[in-house]
Amino acid sequence: MATWFLKSRSVLQCVKTRAGLHQIICNRSLKGASLHSKALQLEDDLDYSENEAWYFPGGAVPFTSKINFIADSSEERIHCYRVLDNSGHHMLSNTSKLISKELAVQLYSSMVTLQMMDTVFNEVQRQGRTSFYMTSHGEEAINIASAAALSNEDIILPQYREHGVLLWRGFSLQEFANQLFANKADKGKGRQMPMHYGSNKHNYITVSSPLGTQIPQAVGVAYSLKMEKKDACVVTYFGDGTTSEGDFHAGLNFAAVLEVPVIFFCRNNGWAISTPVTEQFRSDGIAVKGRAYGIPSIRVDGNDALAIYDAMQEARKIAIKEQKPILIEALTYRVGHHSTSDDSTKYRAREEIEQWKADRNPISRYRNWIEGNGWWNEEQESTLRGSVRKQLMNAIGVAEKAERPALTDLFADVYHDMPTNLQEQERSLTETIRKHPQDFPSGFAVASQI
Amino acid sequence: MLMRRIGRSSGASRSCFFISRGGFSTTTATSPDGTTLLPTKTSTPSSSTKSINLFTAINQALHIALESDPRSYVFGEDVGFGGVFRCSTGLADRFGKKRVFNTPLCEQGIVGFGIGLAAMGNRAIAEIQFADYIYPAFDQIVNEAAKFRYRSGNQFNCGGLTIRAPYGAVGHGGHYHSQSPEAFFCHVPGIKVVIPRSPREAKGLLLSCIRDPNPVVFFEPKWLYRLAVEEVPEDDYMLPLSQAEVIREGSDITLVGWGAQLAVMEQACADAEKDGISCELIDLRTLIPWDKETVEASVKKTGRLLISHEAPVTGGFAAEISASLVERCFLRLEAPIARVCGLDTPFPLVFEPFYMPTKNKILDAIKATVNY
Repeated sequence: MATWFLKSRSVLQCVKTRAGLHQIICNRSLKGASLHSKALQLEDDLDYSENEAWYFPGGAVPFTSKINFIADSSEERIHCYRVLDNSGHHMLSNTSKLISKELAVQLYSSMVTLQMMDTVFNEVQRQGRTSFYMTSHGEEAINIASAAALSNEDIILPQYREHGVLLWRGFSLQEFANQLFANKADKGKGRQMPMHYGSNKHNYITVSSPLGTQIPQAVGVAYSLKMEKKDACVVTYFGDGTTSEGDFHAGLNFAAVLEVPVIFFCRNNGWAISTPVTEQFRSDGIAVKGRAYGIPSIRVDGNDALAIYDAMQEARKIAIKEQKPILIEALTYRVGHHSTSDDSTKYRAREEIEQWKADRNPISRYRNWIEGNGWWNEEQESTLRGSVRKQLMNAIGVAEKAERPALTDLFADVYHDMPTNLQEQERSLTETIRKHPQDFPSGFAVASQI
Repeated sequence: MLMRRIGRSSGASRSCFFISRGGFSTTTATSPDGTTLLPTKTSTPSSSTKSINLFTAINQALHIALESDPRSYVFGEDVGFGGVFRCSTGLADRFGKKRVFNTPLCEQGIVGFGIGLAAMGNRAIAEIQFADYIYPAFDQIVNEAAKFRYRSGNQFNCGGLTIRAPYGAVGHGGHYHSQSPEAFFCHVPGIKVVIPRSPREAKGLLLSCIRDPNPVVFFEPKWLYRLAVEEVPEDDYMLPLSQAEVIREGSDITLVGWGAQLAVMEQACADAEKDGISCELIDLRTLIPWDKETVEASVKKTGRLLISHEAPVTGGFAAEISASLVERCFLRLEAPIARVCGLDTPFPLVFEPFYMPTKNKILDAIKATVNY
């Protein structure tokens, strides 16, 4: 690059791309000229003489005669936004808007419901009645408070530990149970493992197991909202581990370049199965990475429901008004195991888990706050828990006894219309089932004539 | 048929035949050895046509796609200025930079972004600069695009996604500008794979792919971008997917191929005819889901089958076609099914003429099959 500049020293060439987004200046007199670009927001900073700075795409780059490597980390870590202190007292120094009693109680009820739902469904798997489960223990505030700050028109692209977001939006306990039991009423038609929820009615795009794939997809979804000029944004969630995936980098870079209203929400819960964050990255967490892509970012206390609500509200405002991406890093702790296939005591100290569960519990911290306001009491607590337990038991009972999906759902929806090879395979399989019924589980309706 | 001689300073020559059928008159032209060939079919044109090359035909399809649906987008590396193969010329000027735009240099991002755009009901036409670079997007294509509808219980779909990529030998492309990766994608339920053989086919098939409610991978034979010239209707038309086309009728042996290889196969058929062998040539067009019925009907007629593709023979798509036809036509077959394909090597540079499934390799195989 340097050689190129030297060669064209005497020639004034100014190449602008059609959008005017980039101005590649081969060489020019730096005095008195004005370089303005909407996207780059160059200042009229032509106080530099020719030997003080060059203009590269992105603005003036001042020279230095000192060799100075930017340090691998700042002296101080990025600060973490919080509203409630450890015991749930609203910190006076915080100037965020207070939420209404109604909303405050709703947030609490949903967090409790989420926690209970996770406990019971996890237990159902341990009993061998379902095949798999993942709890969101410790991350209830992230799930519920982040969802509460959004509108129902905002599109969610989850990873897999955000079912609380779906719960907030109105997905019923029965619907959750149906997916876990893969019965006929499952919206996903029994095709995926438990936890792979999806609901177009709730603008919650179906979970898939590969990590991070949803991130660049979220950018595409947001681009559509931008073009339709919708008053809505996209929120995509992922954990600390996923930020190592290529799709994370691809997605953030695309979002910044294409200028779309998407919120990248990272649940930094300290663990990717057995891999702690110290083995995941060496940066100051994830918030610092936003700058690398030109994305504004914020770090929040992921166990503080009010802080998450605040930050999400603000992020949404910016994302929609300015049509640009935002990165939120919520610090929290994965209290539960990664899944029912994991025993996390094998790689971390029980004391560590207990400490986060007992002392830094987002739900009890928040409960202290609403009780302190006189908005909640023990009687309401037991009423709520009794009701949720009943609903859960009922939902599980119904889901477990329900019919299986029809066999044709094995073949449908691979394509918009079933191609001839699948029609043939369905015919052949139906014949095989007739011949060897003992080889196959019962309860799947087979069409009598195909 | 319209043919063009490709003169090459290296001495290796590769003449191309472009088969034009289906209701349009074609100009006659001189073959490399000086004889004039008759057009395969003439009839009254249903609309005005123009003699254009492959990249222009694709460009026309893109113009029509964007014009006919305001919610369609073209994006990828370098598409803004017209693209490295000029397929997107004029699109950004006409439809604006919000509908036709460059993306950062990242295939997984391009396809992931396209899936998201398509999930919202848009027609997302993504370009991968060379098929050789599609692999970073393989996870998005296989694990996401192909399964998007099925895994959601049909609550969501990315049917509006079309991924276009230039594929195939170009004479000097070496390992990373010559690959034919179609076989990898043919193993993925949920996507379609379509490969046109000529400009007229490309325009109609691409429009069908864009409008098909399934994610499609569309491989364009880069060899033919400038060299294939054909009368192409100027209007909006679509050609059916999952329908193979018999482009040359015969009775002694069936040949199946796709894309640029058909031109080579056509030459072999013409040579075989001189030796009294009547060849039936089929363009598969859509590789998945593929039209077994047309191929089966042909093999039942001829009793012999030869499949040819540039991709390496082992695990290539010819194997799928061969296995399927053995299942369906075993007792009718007069000879083993022949495959004339690329070698099991990375695509070599200086050795390209040796690697390729040439006309004479095909002709030898035709004769061996017929004389079995």
